This record gives sequence, structure tokens and C-alpha cells, in this order.
Amino acid sequence: MTGRQRDEHPDGIDLPLDPQPGHSSRGRLERVLRRGEFAVTTELNPPDSADPEDVYNRAKVFDGWVDAINAVDASGANCHMSSVGICALLTRMGYAPIMQIACRDKNRIAIQGDVLGGAAMGVANMLCLTGDGVQAGDQPGAKPVFDLDCMSLLETIRIMRDNGKFLSGRKLTTPPQVFLGAAINPFAPPYDFRPYRLGKKIAAGAQFVQSQYCFDVPMFRTFMQKARDLGYTEQCFVLCGVGPLASAKTAKWIRSNVPGIHIPDAIITRLEGAQDQKKEGKQLAIDIINEVKEIPGVSGIHVMAYRQEEYVAEIVDESGVLKGRQPWKREIRRDDQMVADRLDHILHDEIVETQSDLVKTAH
Amino acid sequence: MSDTQPISTTAAGPANGVQVVPPAASGGVTQATVVSRTAPKTAYKPADVSPQRRVQRSYSVRLWAVRHSRALEWFYARFADIFLMLHPLWNRIGYGRVEAPVTFVEKRVKGFMFDCRMCGQCVLSSTGMSCPMNCPKQLRNGPCGGVRANGNCEVEPDMPCVWVKAWEGSRNMVHGDAILNVQKPVDQSLRETSAWLRVTAQTAAAREAAKAQVSA
Repeated sequence: MTGRQRDEHPDGIDLPLDPQPGHSSRGRLERVLRRGEFAVTTELNPPDSADPEDVYNRAKVFDGWVDAINAVDASGANCHMSSVGICALLTRMGYAPIMQIACRDKNRIAIQGDVLGGAAMGVANMLCLTGDGVQAGDQPGAKPVFDLDCMSLLETIRIMRDNGKFLSGRKLTTPPQVFLGAAINPFAPPYDFRPYRLGKKIAAGAQFVQSQYCFDVPMFRTFMQKARDLGYTEQCFVLCGVGPLASAKTAKWIRSNVPGIHIPDAIITRLEGAQDQKKEGKQLAIDIINEVKEIPGVSGIHVMAYRQEEYVAEIVDESGVLKGRQPWKREIRRDDQMVADRLDHILHDEIVETQSDLVKTAH
Repeated sequence: MSDTQPISTTAAGPANGVQVVPPAASGGVTQATVVSRTAPKTAYKPADVSPQRRVQRSYSVRLWAVRHSRALEWFYARFADIFLMLHPLWNRIGYGRVEAPVTFVEKRVKGFMFDCRMCGQCVLSSTGMSCPMNCPKQLRNGPCGGVRANGNCEVEPDMPCVWVKAWEGSRNMVHGDAILNVQKPVDQSLRETSAWLRVTAQTAAAREAAKAQVSA
């Protein structure tokens, strides 16, 4: 076991972990959460390119700081590399992606196919979303599908996993082993329905939830209080969404253009009053993390730092939520390193071996 | 090359064989804004609302129905009983034969009252008498995360969110907690069929099955 990290398959980083009793997936995120450790997840900004290196480079900045990476499915209805594609690349490199599935673009036939494909690639976590309306994105002329909604999507994947059947009742030979997630937004009306909606998602199959950006901690606290009273936090891991705001101007723009993000005036005033707004935005995220991590029932945070991904490591580090724990990190295996060291000279030494020389040395 | 270029039917007007690709958005504007700005200007500029909103101009009757959800719940229960009582009649005439006229009436009545979309699997009693098919995302299990702070829809800014209204309506109803049940996905093959007849036939079948069990 020397040199092997925790939660890593001994035969290869890309292989699913050994199944554990009570776990529905063979992934790292579920292990971290079920061990009771404070989990950190983040979001990979999907590239507008066909170059795999773009994905790897964007994932690299999170190395050793996060437990799972969300592969977003055309968030905000903007076209990017697909979540299935990103997951295919990330699983190859041993990362633990959370495959987001939005109901906006695919009907139930395509979705169930993607679930099987994703699980076969080693995706252990799937996040079921309804998806933003197409009017919000860069292709407002697209046809909105919305064949399923997030709730029936959760139920569909749960049926596939637990009953080994498609929605139609047809049997699967190998059911997908996935840890099911959903999104919550406690910051949008109807506020008193939101906790019950979390309950509905749990009933439909959600095992963990990630919240929308939290900028209003008292509101989140009220929501969590209600969720605790209803017993939901025992049935489901709640990850609070946090992230840095680049400036007061960005905050205002987000407030008026991105649906579902609630930013109180106090936050904008605080940013406006700062010398370095970007730094203040980061500090604000850290302050919010320090507040929400103390709320009972919060099992982790979901750091969304759109176009400020390089800050994720700093935010996680400075807030100290990991308490010294280091999440899985992609690193070269010791034996591979040894072989590489020994053979390194062949890349640099210019040895010209001719047949006649070889014959001489052989004798 | 064929000269039958498809004519664009977008707001951008006819494509004329030249594909206009809008420039990339710079900071501060969404790509959607750029797309609509680069659309060629013509004399005819349709109102900047969703296609559904163009068909439907007012929500007052729908909102009235939500405000009176309790009364409508009571009325709907009686109405379902009457329909069930008429089951032998429907059976005698044949469900297939009454389908067309009943669907015609159902579509008009529910269309007027609830802006019904004839999904054929009515869940009004579980959704506070607010038809979930009017949601632009056709969500049947609760509001999405995009509801505006004023309780209006993300997609149609001047329409009150169907699910905000559903929650309000359900709070007035006797069996309002049915809103907490997880609904199955819509069976699209049942669209434009009568939910009234389906529920009646199903209830009658269930009643007969129960009766058969008791006598057996």
C-alpha cells in the first residue's frame, strides 16, 4: 500500500473503488461524505474547444483541494463541451466527476442512454437538474425539451440503479452504480415550499444536494433549520454553494441577468466599499464558508468560481474547511516515477549505437 | 449545390443563402442580447415574448381559479362523483364513442378555467388548481430554481410562476398536501385525450376489483 492514496484503486487510478456496504456508488465522493468528512466540490468551466488538454488544464488547478468536480451540462443554456465528454476525459485521469444532467436538452431516451454510458466510463456521481430555460443562453432559438423534470429524472436513475430497469420496465444486465445528487435553491420563492421540495427530491432518490450560490446566510440558516426539523439532513448530504464575486459590477450584473441567484444589497455595498474588489470578493466567499460550515446539517461546500477557478484552492485553503485533510490528488505513481527516472537518460543522452559496436560489446 | 436553400424562419428573417453569425459577446452583455441585436431590422418586429405568451394574453381566469382552489376542489370532487355515477352510461355508449365529445368539452372548459394544455393526465388537484403544463419547463414536481424574487417566471418575466401559485392554491385546499407527492413523467402519448374519462374508467375498474375481492 506504500505510496497509495486513500480512495484509490491499487491497480489504476481510473478504476472504480471496491464496493462498500451501504454505499450505492464506487466513487470517492460518497466515501468522503459517508465517513463524515467535510466535502469540497467544485465546478469545471467547460471549454469551448475540442482539445482534451483544455479540460485537463482546467482540472489541474483543483488538484488536491476538492473531492469531486462538477461537469456542467450547458449551464445557463450556453453551449460548451458536453458533460458526458468532460466526464470521459476526467475519469480517464482518475478524477471524480459529478456528471450533471439537464432535462432541457435531452429526452428520456437520450438521458437513460447517457446514464449507462457515464456509469460505464466510471462516473460515480450524477446530478439531476431541470436546466435553465433556453432564453437565458446563447442559442435562444433552440427547442426546449424538458421531457422529464429533475424529480422524475432522479426517480428514473434510481429505478435504473435499484431495480435494474429502464423506465419502460426493460431489464438492464448491469445497473449503473451511482451516487445521486440534485440541486436546491433556498433563495427563490416560494420560500416555505423549498424545504418540502428538498423532501420530494429525497423521496425521488437524491442522496446529496448542492445549493445555489449562498450570499444570504441567515436565509440559508432558516432553510436548514426547517430541513433539520423535517429530518431531511439525516437522509441527504447538503453541500452549500459558495463562490467569489469578481466585483460589485459583476454582482449587479449577475443579480439582474442570471436567474435564481439572490445577492442581498449588503453584499454589493461591501464590495463597492472595498479597495480591491476582487480580493474582497474572495474574502467574502471565505467568510460565508466559515459561517455556513458551522450550520448543523451542512456536510460540505460546493465552490463555484466561474472564470476565477484559480481562486478555488486559495479559498479552500484559507477557510480551513479541510482541517488538514488532503483530497485525492493526481500524482505520478512511485513505480512509474522510478522507471521514468532510470530511463530519463535515453531522452537526453545522444548515444549512437551501431550494429558493429553492438557486436563488439557482445563479445 | 442545390438552389433550394432553407429559408430561415427565425427573427433574423430570411437567410438569403448567407448565414449571419453574430459576433461573440463582450463582457457585460449576454450572447442572447447580441443575437437579438444583430438580427436584421424589418418593419415587422413581433413582441418580445415567448410563443406561448403570444397565444395567451391574460392569466386572470387562471389566477382566479387558484384563488378559489378550495371551492374548486370541492366542486371537482362532486363532479368526479357524477362522472363516476355515469360510468354505466359511458360503458353502454362505449368510452371510445364518447371520447370525442367529452374531450371537446373538457378542452374548452379546462382551457378557459385553467389554461389547460390537454396533457391527458390531469394533476390539478395535486397542484393547487394551477396547471403545471403552463410552466415553460412543464415541471410537474415543483418550482425550478429560477423563480424571480417577485414570484414571476424566469422565462416569461410578466407571468406569475405557475408553481408559486400552485403552492398558494394548495395551502387553501383540504387535500393540499398532495403537492408533496412525486409525479411521474408525462406520458406524451396521452396528449389530447380526456383525463376525465380516464380517471372515471380507472376508478370504476378499481371499485369493481375491490368489490370482486370482497365477494370472493
